[in-house]
Amino acid sequence: MLLLAPLLIPLVTALLTAVLPAHPRLRRGLSLAGVLLLLGAALALLVAVGPAGRLSVALGDWPLPFAIQFVADGLSAALVLVAALLGLTVLLYQFATEPANREAPGLQPLVQGLLAAVVAVFLAADLFNLYVWFELLLMATLGLLLLGGRPWQAEAALKYFALSMLGTLLMLAAVGLIYGASGQLNFGALAVASQAPGVAPGLTLFVVMLLLAVLLKAGAFPLFAWLPASYHTLSPPLLALVGGLLTKVAIYVMLRLSGQVFSATPAFLYEALGWLAMLTLVTGVLGAAYHWDLRRILAFHIVSQIGYLLLGIALATPAGAAGTAFFLIHNILVKANLFLLAGLIWLSAGHPDLRRIGGLYLARPWLALLFLLNAFSLVGVPPSSGFWGKFLLVQEAFAQQRFLWGGLALGVGLLTLYSMSKIWLEGFWKPHPDPTRLAGSQPQGDGGPRLAYAAVTFSTLLVLALGLYPQPLIDWLQQATAGYWAGFGPA
Amino acid sequence: MEILLSLAIGVLTACGVYLLLRAQTFPVVLGLTLLSYAVNLFLFASGRLVEGRPPIIAAGQTGYADPLPQALVLTAIVIGFAMTAFVIMLALKARAELGSDEVDAQGEPHGDPTGEERP
Repeated sequence: MLLLAPLLIPLVTALLTAVLPAHPRLRRGLSLAGVLLLLGAALALLVAVGPAGRLSVALGDWPLPFAIQFVADGLSAALVLVAALLGLTVLLYQFATEPANREAPGLQPLVQGLLAAVVAVFLAADLFNLYVWFELLLMATLGLLLLGGRPWQAEAALKYFALSMLGTLLMLAAVGLIYGASGQLNFGALAVASQAPGVAPGLTLFVVMLLLAVLLKAGAFPLFAWLPASYHTLSPPLLALVGGLLTKVAIYVMLRLSGQVFSATPAFLYEALGWLAMLTLVTGVLGAAYHWDLRRILAFHIVSQIGYLLLGIALATPAGAAGTAFFLIHNILVKANLFLLAGLIWLSAGHPDLRRIGGLYLARPWLALLFLLNAFSLVGVPPSSGFWGKFLLVQEAFAQQRFLWGGLALGVGLLTLYSMSKIWLEGFWKPHPDPTRLAGSQPQGDGGPRLAYAAVTFSTLLVLALGLYPQPLIDWLQQATAGYWAGFGPA
Repeated sequence: MEILLSLAIGVLTACGVYLLLRAQTFPVVLGLTLLSYAVNLFLFASGRLVEGRPPIIAAGQTGYADPLPQALVLTAIVIGFAMTAFVIMLALKARAELGSDEVDAQGEPHGDPTGEERP
């Protein structure tokens, strides 16, 4: 029950908020209560599971390889908690910046549905269940992309739909092939079956197909075009939620599938994945360097950060897995914070285009401080959370003699610094080209600007804590991922 | 049976890919739908093709058809159906608002993309 609570709470909240189209305030109250309950359930789950523990539920009254199984281990429990924390921050920010009576009736149900699907992907323990929840994730995101009904939103949603749907179909076909080859869908049973002599060689191709579908959803090179083409049409709080969680969920699935389920995959595939990670790193950060729109810069940085996460998976050791897991948690929080701050910059200065804003350092010093802290963390300046994430990954890359990979990962950090300093110079230090627009604008929602700032400050404190006290989380994740790629490793 | 099914999957996939490559919204939607039919058939075949066998084993029954892919395909069909309905509405909306069926008709909204509204 404890295991299913984080899944059921947002699902029930989504249903409850969906039947209240005429009561915006009640809807918001319910939604907030749902996220707080989810937070409590996630904490309880985290305590119950512990770093190296494991909780499992088999539904449907069948013996295990056939039942629908949900499993929580140290990694998934930690990620469920992070998703709940992000949900809370985003909801508070959304309440503060958008008036309740102008909110689309579908927003709260879709946000809750998205949270439910994300939590379910973290907890799912069989391939088909994974596909179903991915599909739900796609549905909820499409709904969010369309809220507001502006013309360019429909076009962005179509692009997003077409590419995500292709990924989904590829995934479904791969699931069918894997079932046909091994006769299993459950993660545990697949892990055993994929090691059996005679099955493994035929399975490799199908596993590659499955991982390609997941890579498409993660926004890896070369199939990332859908991401910057659609994300920027979302409103800032939704952008933080979607941009913070979605691609990272795919990375989590990649880590789990390659590290635990199909850990016998041949080494040359990890070599290929490593180079893919490098290309993703570099193209993402170069795309960001080209753009002037805040939201597009940050959207391209999502792509670049996916490269770091894939690097840890390509290293294929428990240490690499722990590095990816740490970077994952750091990145979800920092990325969401930066999108929320981009929203506040837009509100305060009147435009998301850097060429048309400025002067925020004098006008909004607190905003400048929050941005600086998160930007440093994204770049990886010690002692920020990003520094520890990169440190773990680069250390492991060097330990495996992957000097080029480690060096590129460090070099891309410099280019990230370039993008962040561009935002800093243009948005904060340069005088505003039209000072009248800087004067009066403030969030117009229920709680006023204070609530929005409080939400981002809360989330920034989490990032700061991760940077100053990384050891507990690193220990936790190292214990949680200790069994990854058991009996497999670079020679 | 095998040849017939693989031909059907192949033709559906080919048509789907062809339609996907047209740069117009409605053909793209149709192409994705055809592709999802192909994948559903394919999924069905992953449980091996058997003729005239029941999926539920009774006493005295010799062989059976694998019931799991049938259940999977059913789920996939339901999801695919909902997706198709949703995206056709989406395509119609885009067609009505952009006045064109081209995929990149609008391009980038230049200038102030927010218009009168704030984030």
